[in-house]
Amino acid sequence: MLERINEAYTQIARAQKTLGRTVNIMEVCGTHTVTIFRAGLRSALPEGLKLLSGPGCPVCITDQGYIDAILAFADRTDIIIATYGDMIRVPGRNGSLEQKTNRGNIKIILSAEDVLKLAKQNPDKKILFVAVGFETTAPATAVLANEALQQGIKNIAIFSNHKLVVPAMASLLTTKNHRIDAFICPGHVSVIIGCDAYLPIVEQFHKPCVVAGFEPMQIIDAISEICRQLAEDEPQLGSVYQAAVKPGGNETAKKIINDTFDISDGYWRGLGEIKKSTLKLKEKFSSLDAEKQLGVKFIPEEDLTGCCCGEVLCGLMDPPDCGLFATSCTPDSPVGPCMVSSEGACAAWFKYTRKKRQK
Amino acid sequence: MCLAVPARIIELKGDEAIADVIGNRIQAKTTLVPDVKLGDIVLIHAGFAITVLDEEEAKKIWQLLADLDNFSKTNKRVSG
Repeated sequence: MLERINEAYTQIARAQKTLGRTVNIMEVCGTHTVTIFRAGLRSALPEGLKLLSGPGCPVCITDQGYIDAILAFADRTDIIIATYGDMIRVPGRNGSLEQKTNRGNIKIILSAEDVLKLAKQNPDKKILFVAVGFETTAPATAVLANEALQQGIKNIAIFSNHKLVVPAMASLLTTKNHRIDAFICPGHVSVIIGCDAYLPIVEQFHKPCVVAGFEPMQIIDAISEICRQLAEDEPQLGSVYQAAVKPGGNETAKKIINDTFDISDGYWRGLGEIKKSTLKLKEKFSSLDAEKQLGVKFIPEEDLTGCCCGEVLCGLMDPPDCGLFATSCTPDSPVGPCMVSSEGACAAWFKYTRKKRQK
Repeated sequence: MCLAVPARIIELKGDEAIADVIGNRIQAKTTLVPDVKLGDIVLIHAGFAITVLDEEEAKKIWQLLADLDNFSKTNKRVSG
């Protein structure tokens, strides 16, 4: 293990020498952010390396307008809102889903299959499913949509806001002032889409992309491999998570995504509109589409005043540099989504560094 | 949110499975891994198996989960 850590140090120093400055690597995935903090990697790595937390937490990148669109249905007695627990505390303009739970029509689900069960148990109600998540979670929604259609279940309304990771990475690289030299690519998104999905990032933007799993040593190995590529100015695809990630990903899951969803433009908090980045149900599933059945309407909104989640998600700012961090925005009383989600960069900084940076 | 845990398939009927995660039994759908067999280890995310995993990799992750559990117990004791 020590050998691998030493190797990483050597490669970081080489990369730093080639670039002539600090090496900036973005860990795209929120679960990586938490692993990095939990293992104390940030403090263990040399000063010449900076890790930036990316837009890889589905809760954090959900536009406030989406939350408000759902909240507009929270008072309806003929509707049950089914959501993954991660979304429940995210504040919209008029409160969060959590504040509406006393009405009993908001259900936390662990699997998309639970939506099917809810629909069968409550035939007189419509189940509004808050379908968020990246490519890892989208296939489950696709299976649900197909099963509901096959079984003729009519009382499910899916509000799809599933996002695609690669368009967001490309979008970050076209942002002015971005400081990303390379990406540690998400492990479980890559289980579905495969390493090859990052090829456009490597070829068009010349940035190393290395997929890592969730053990601290895998993250060290990914950093080591990225820095070797940067030192030799040879950006490539890489993976240190071969045990779970194949070059082509999970073909069955990719097929069901393609068969169920159309790729459309979509809004991301902090990043704005990104072309071809959001999955919407195909016409065939319009009887299950919340936008068509219930008229759920998403209107993009300005982010809350003073909240810097947008800048944090783009890697332009560290959470402690936000004026609200650890003062008016804490995990108990969050203002922005990055403080709500346990995988949000702000929540991770708060939990593991627990101090406000002195300016 | 993209958390996933390794689990061993101990019952399998069509695409509905019962899987064992370090002694906990959970329901999972195997629709996305159609070739899965009884006894295989899969990664489960939000109720769905997303890939088959080899034994060695699964053991590493289970060990990591056990370590975290032990660590949090130790932590609680120290902090009183």
